Amino acid sequence: MTAAIRSRRAPPGLAWLAAPGVAFLALFFVYPVASLLLLSLGDPQTGDLSVASYKRLFTTDVYLRVLLITFRISAQTALLSLALGYPLAYWLAGLPERRRGKALLLVVIPFWTSYLVKTFAWMIMLGRNGVVNTLLAGAGVIGEPLSLINNEFGVLVGMVHTMIPLAVMTMLPVMISVDRRLVAAAQTLGATPTQAFWLVYYKLSFPGVAAAGLLVFISSLGFFIVPAFLGGRQQTMLAQLIITQITELLNWSFAGALAMLMLIAALVAVALYDRLFGMSSLAGGGGRGGGDGWLRRAGLKGLETAAAAASVIAGAARTLLGPRLARLALPAYGAAAIAFLILPTFLVVPIAFTSSQFLDFPPPGYSLRWFETYFGSPLWIAATLRSFGVAAMTAMFATALGAAAAIAMANSRGRWSGALFALFLAPMIVPRIVIALGMFYLFARLGLVATNLGLVIGHTVLALPFVVVTISAVLKTYDMRLDQAAATLGADRKRILWFVTAPLIRGGLMAAFLFAFITSFDELTIAIFVSGGLATTLPKQMWDDMILQLNPTLAAVSTVVFLLVTTLLLLTETARRPRGTR
Amino acid sequence: MRPKLVARGICKRYGVVTALEPTDLDVRAGEFLTLLGPSGSGKTTLLQLVCGLTEASEGSLHVDGVDQIDVPVHRRDVGLVFQHYALFPHLTVAENIAFPLKMRGRDARDVAHRVGEALAMVHMQDYGARFPRELSGGQQQRVALARCFVYQPAIILMDEPLGALDRKLRDHMQMEIKHLHRMSGATIIYVTHDQEEALALSDRICLMNHARIEQLGSPQEIYTRPCSEFAADFIGVSNILRGDVVAGPDGGAALETPNGRFVLPRDARPGARAALVVRPEQLSLDPSSPNRIEAQVRDVVFAGSEQRVVAALPSGEEMVMRLPPTLAAPARGATIAMGWAPDDAAVVP
Repeated sequence: MTAAIRSRRAPPGLAWLAAPGVAFLALFFVYPVASLLLLSLGDPQTGDLSVASYKRLFTTDVYLRVLLITFRISAQTALLSLALGYPLAYWLAGLPERRRGKALLLVVIPFWTSYLVKTFAWMIMLGRNGVVNTLLAGAGVIGEPLSLINNEFGVLVGMVHTMIPLAVMTMLPVMISVDRRLVAAAQTLGATPTQAFWLVYYKLSFPGVAAAGLLVFISSLGFFIVPAFLGGRQQTMLAQLIITQITELLNWSFAGALAMLMLIAALVAVALYDRLFGMSSLAGGGGRGGGDGWLRRAGLKGLETAAAAASVIAGAARTLLGPRLARLALPAYGAAAIAFLILPTFLVVPIAFTSSQFLDFPPPGYSLRWFETYFGSPLWIAATLRSFGVAAMTAMFATALGAAAAIAMANSRGRWSGALFALFLAPMIVPRIVIALGMFYLFARLGLVATNLGLVIGHTVLALPFVVVTISAVLKTYDMRLDQAAATLGADRKRILWFVTAPLIRGGLMAAFLFAFITSFDELTIAIFVSGGLATTLPKQMWDDMILQLNPTLAAVSTVVFLLVTTLLLLTETARRPRGTR
Repeated sequence: MRPKLVARGICKRYGVVTALEPTDLDVRAGEFLTLLGPSGSGKTTLLQLVCGLTEASEGSLHVDGVDQIDVPVHRRDVGLVFQHYALFPHLTVAENIAFPLKMRGRDARDVAHRVGEALAMVHMQDYGARFPRELSGGQQQRVALARCFVYQPAIILMDEPLGALDRKLRDHMQMEIKHLHRMSGATIIYVTHDQEEALALSDRICLMNHARIEQLGSPQEIYTRPCSEFAADFIGVSNILRGDVVAGPDGGAALETPNGRFVLPRDARPGARAALVVRPEQLSLDPSSPNRIEAQVRDVVFAGSEQRVVAALPSGEEMVMRLPPTLAAPARGATIAMGWAPDDAAVVP
């Protein structure tokens, strides 16, 4: 009836707002990544066009093995993260909204906690004299310490721990949108509870599961921190190889070929996903809900088999535990999963206060000496201050560029804005190590290596997807009729922006700013190439220290970083809560 | 007295689609005028043209003698009550109501005073510090009304303001709106597709169909003298008998239909073909009526204040008759003769 009033009156000429962001990404993201392709096709010695690097890659046993290891570990990480994350997400989706918000924070905090801090925590947990071995030996369960790191187990623990939050946060919006009454409806139509779950709820939540699997797989492809510290020689991954080629061997062509391979793997995964589910479910939309044909039929068959099997197991468990215990199983799992995500990082805190020179747990005594070492070291302080400055600049740039682009996209429709959105999300999909390598190559020619400006540019590219997603989400729920109402009440364009639009999206802007800040503050991949010497950032300094030798100063630094990031996140949550909700 | 609003030839086209044909409309000061019509009849377009949210393709629009066409929305002295209220979620109830006053640069004491008055007017004195989302639908609607009445615009527009409320609350709010109208003396243009609401509230109804005005008149005029089959059908329940006009007794006219010949009202000036509109309450079982029609009872519905008899004509069409609840209703399947006084019915082309 009032369709005309309800429709947004798209003010013409807002599309130009996306232009600065598009230009920025074209110059510092698309161009560097594309130039890697040319680089990889050059001869390492002469620079002539050749496929020598690719030939070497596919004929050398070691490299092929690294490729296979990378794919295997990424696939395993994706599967484990989905399997462990799905029940957690399911539990969260079923919570009442306010409690869900609080519980979700316990997933968001480990998501944003620095990879270095998390990896450091696992080294303390799983090391030969680590927490787990100490506890088990103390309890008399084991005589000899178990070897829990420098092997595939360690790598998988570290990677899955890092990736579960991403998986949960990707699955959750789809799960929340599934109407749970449908499961009850299926049961009234004769399905057992397990059948109803698998054939109705699980099927409807599957686009979210697939999106989570895709993102985890792609992110895992580019990992190097976890395998470097928790894996052994047998778990060397592609990104480590790229770093070695550049920082030690300076073989640009070969590094380019490796990066291309990783990029192609990521793009193939994305294309496959797009064919099966449609890109829209990645952005939290409904998705196409699967194509037709044999793949879908096979999938359905598999689901039904799974449903039947699960129904037998669940039935048995229910009779064994009794209905009351069975009802507690899900919350208990949720609590355990959150403990797994949170506790290792918390363990770093007491170690930071140790009086010992070693990373013993529990600490033999307590002191502030390692904080004194940290705050007394010009090197650490300079790195910390640099990271702060770079992060603040990044946050300002990324928020300005991203907010303008998000507003432009919200006001335009059709294929146009879809393509724009894909461009702004792309830095999240292309593995970071690929972006970092391309950028290093570009910066080397522009003289931006080891400069703060270079770091800010690089980090802005990485932060833009988070900014655009955050602000777009706020704008999506923005009711354009409020602008019309303000106009009829006597507000002109400027006053509408100031009194109505700005206060309503302010939370989103602040959240975007803080996410961009954290992204930069925590960033290592670009920093490994671009920062160094006098321009070292905090994560780079931590990385260098961790490679040299583990020491309690790292625990003190980790504690400070962890507390800082957590505080910022809590601030973000407060900022995002709109006025008028109590 | 000069009309409050004068529209001449105002129209709106989107490419080849016409949302509103060139339209003339006068609205008197202090009048409650309802734009009534089905979806796509152009009533919302006309409303948007008046408040300036849509630009007219052609035509003129004057309020108090001042040309409005080039005046931007925020400068027009109109108020719009939205269907879904459009209250600002980040402002309290009092801040929402103060918004238009602040935009007009009123000083703080005046604002506080008027906001208090407006809150009292809609019985929401105790809710000033609440946020919109803490209110029920009916309360939000009251706030939206207060936000509009508080700055006393020359014309208040309401776009299906009660559409989102349940029936009981809607009836109640209708009374409140009528009361507000009487108290404030405001000129109100009200959009709805609910004919009962239009009949209950309006001084005049502007019935719209196919992007143009079908009929304009008081509720009584439109009900008793519809100008077309559409008007007869859209407002109230109508029994429509179509046929050819022939000469009747006493020099009058009669209508020859498949179901018999009926005397037309004395003042009817029909063409060759016409339709006779007989309202259910005009029908009776009185055997002395000059116009009588035989029918077989299909159903009798008891509705408390009345009984509705649905009867099938020989041609297969159905007619509805209203009987008082105390009268013994005819049995299903019985053949009855329904009659009416010729001058009660209306003739439409």
